[in-house]
Amino acid sequence: MKSFSEIDTTVKRASKSVGFDWGIAEELGKNIRLLEMFGLPGLKNLNAYFKIYRQKQFQKISLISKINSSNIAYCPIIAGINFLDQITNLEKMDEVGFENMSYPMLFIPFLSRSTEIIGKRIFLNIDGKEFLLNFNQSIYSNFLSGDIIELAKIIKVKFIENKNTFSENEWQELYELSEGTFVEESEQLKKSAAGAGLTDND
Amino acid sequence: MEVQLRDPKEVMKLSRLGSFHQSKLSFLRSFLREFKNWEYKRDLLELDENGFGIVVYSFRKKKRIYSLICFANKITDQERSDRVIATKWDAAFTLFDGIPTKQDIERLKKNVPKQEVGRMSYKELTLSRANKSVRIFNYVAECLSNGQQPDKNKLAKVGYLYRTTAVYGSGKFGLADRFRIKNREEIYGPFRLEMMLVYLVRQFTFDQVNHIAKSKNPKKAISLDPEISRNLGIGNSTGLGMAPFIVNHPLLLNNWIMAREVALKKIRQIKKINQSDVDLIINCLKSSQKNIENWNTESDYQLSKINHLKKDLDLLIQYFLTRFDYKKEFSYNDLYIWAKKSLGSECLEFMVSVIMEPYEKIVSPLIKTMSADEDIYFTIPVNKTISDLRNILELNYTDILKIDFTQKENNQNFWFISKNKEEPRLANRFKDNGSELEQPLAIGRDICQLYQRISNEKNSLTIGKFLMNNNDLRHVIRRAFITEKFPYAEIQDNTIGSKLMPIDMLRLKLSFFGAVKFDPRSDKWLRICMFQGAPLPNELKTTNDHWVYNSIN
Repeated sequence: MKSFSEIDTTVKRASKSVGFDWGIAEELGKNIRLLEMFGLPGLKNLNAYFKIYRQKQFQKISLISKINSSNIAYCPIIAGINFLDQITNLEKMDEVGFENMSYPMLFIPFLSRSTEIIGKRIFLNIDGKEFLLNFNQSIYSNFLSGDIIELAKIIKVKFIENKNTFSENEWQELYELSEGTFVEESEQLKKSAAGAGLTDND
Repeated sequence: MEVQLRDPKEVMKLSRLGSFHQSKLSFLRSFLREFKNWEYKRDLLELDENGFGIVVYSFRKKKRIYSLICFANKITDQERSDRVIATKWDAAFTLFDGIPTKQDIERLKKNVPKQEVGRMSYKELTLSRANKSVRIFNYVAECLSNGQQPDKNKLAKVGYLYRTTAVYGSGKFGLADRFRIKNREEIYGPFRLEMMLVYLVRQFTFDQVNHIAKSKNPKKAISLDPEISRNLGIGNSTGLGMAPFIVNHPLLLNNWIMAREVALKKIRQIKKINQSDVDLIINCLKSSQKNIENWNTESDYQLSKINHLKKDLDLLIQYFLTRFDYKKEFSYNDLYIWAKKSLGSECLEFMVSVIMEPYEKIVSPLIKTMSADEDIYFTIPVNKTISDLRNILELNYTDILKIDFTQKENNQNFWFISKNKEEPRLANRFKDNGSELEQPLAIGRDICQLYQRISNEKNSLTIGKFLMNNNDLRHVIRRAFITEKFPYAEIQDNTIGSKLMPIDMLRLKLSFFGAVKFDPRSDKWLRICMFQGAPLPNELKTTNDHWVYNSIN
């Protein structure tokens, strides 16, 4: 088994070798390490992308809008870098869409890292494959095959407002159960058990 | 009294960093302090009459066990080389997490001796190899087999029986990644498991030489005297491979230097000084005089530094004996002010190390601050502005910005990774091929380029927007924002100029390891000694921490 440290270093060097700047290569080392740590096929997808990277032309998007569409497939790395760099503006858009992106798995770690920056989850849909990105702590997905995804026709990135997964009623029910650990205080205890003075005007 | 931390522009110059010495903060000393109450054991010794075979040692506390597995091999004199291009070594080692099974040992027997071309697993924590100092090893074995102890003076010239040539950890060659073990309290200090490996290897060298002597002459042979053993360490040959580490780990570098600087600041702020503390410092300085006499090197560069150190050390001891008044308040601060004016860098930094000796309460809490999780500060704060970035560059890179990188001599070298061994190397940009594959270690040059590039940008432009068209400088933008928070993160010097002495970078790192007797063999590699004078494993519980200043002879 390759260690994550080996993956990070080798990806960084390989990324520089195919033509990315050192600063981007550093990001890719961390990204592929992240995907592999979450059990997603990062290295496999990167390797496949780099095989065609020099032969084909890719759209290198710089300014990301709400809807991004191109006849030439987007480079997932440049799209990802700019998504990460522009995240505080993009967050305001509620939803961002891309049409036609190569090797979209490589886009995912940039989004995962973005969730940590903005403190919000992101729901990602890549042609029906769903990913919930949780503050860069985990990725929950229905895509478990480990396959290479060469192209995404439609990508939807939705920023999820911070809210609970349960209702107020469910919370109350559980809270009442938690009250079973509390002790009913006598009048004397109410006065003395907290340790504070009887008046706060001193 | 509030003393300021020393200015990074003063401390982080390569010539200064190359004058650092071991101290109470050094990793091998903090390792011994941490593990002194662990149970040490030799679990297995299966060597033939020539000393070839397997030996296993362990450190154990409650349910945690670390085992060093040693594989001693037969190699010819022609195969023995300290250079990284070697493929065979006298012995190879791995530190195993737990107790190895027979299957583990069989697996490791096939891989550990191959080192870089073998494969380790997540169960192994560190990996190393070492070569005999043939002259000394055979001499000691011969003496012992004849029932005699070896001549101490002869041993003092070398100081060890074996030299390691590399110690690997943190996920290299399939070893366990740091994240798997980072929450273990006993390894909060940096490189602790690497230090454990080297320490146990030292014991292996004694056990092996004793075993060979006994096999040679079972009736007459004696064991190496513990006092002689104690005064032998483990040698190490270190080349350029180590130098880029300190550039590639800015946060870790900051934390090492910051711990040292905070210790110095707190000592300078001590108002009332105990006489016993001063006596300890004076004893350490006097013992050091003897040790420095035994510091052998043929390097003119190092000889000159040693001579300055000797001369200045006399002055420093004189100051303590005649002018240092421990009854006066803040006398350490007076000492530092005098030393800065009167001593060279080599002795000034030596003094900084030695005055930490009495102050366990100051040093001990700093040890745990010397590790770093570099990933936390990896993401660039893209909402900051060009104005913020310009301020950082002008404040933190003042001297770097004065370097003219259009001058050939300031841009002479480039760092690259050798295809042969995947190790960092240095070459001349104007003579050698490969500069197009330069590693991102020319920080000064790239910072200057960044400063120039932002000169025409609007102050209010965000870094996120600036990066859209300037990703070629992304690596130094990241660094600049790290230095904003961590002032000692950056070497304040040119790392590619014609005057660069790479051994300064090596020495900085090795001093934090706790190495002594730096012996440069060129400007690009040096030999050192580790654990010389250290207690033997069975003495750990009863020893004090000042062993490093014990006179060798």
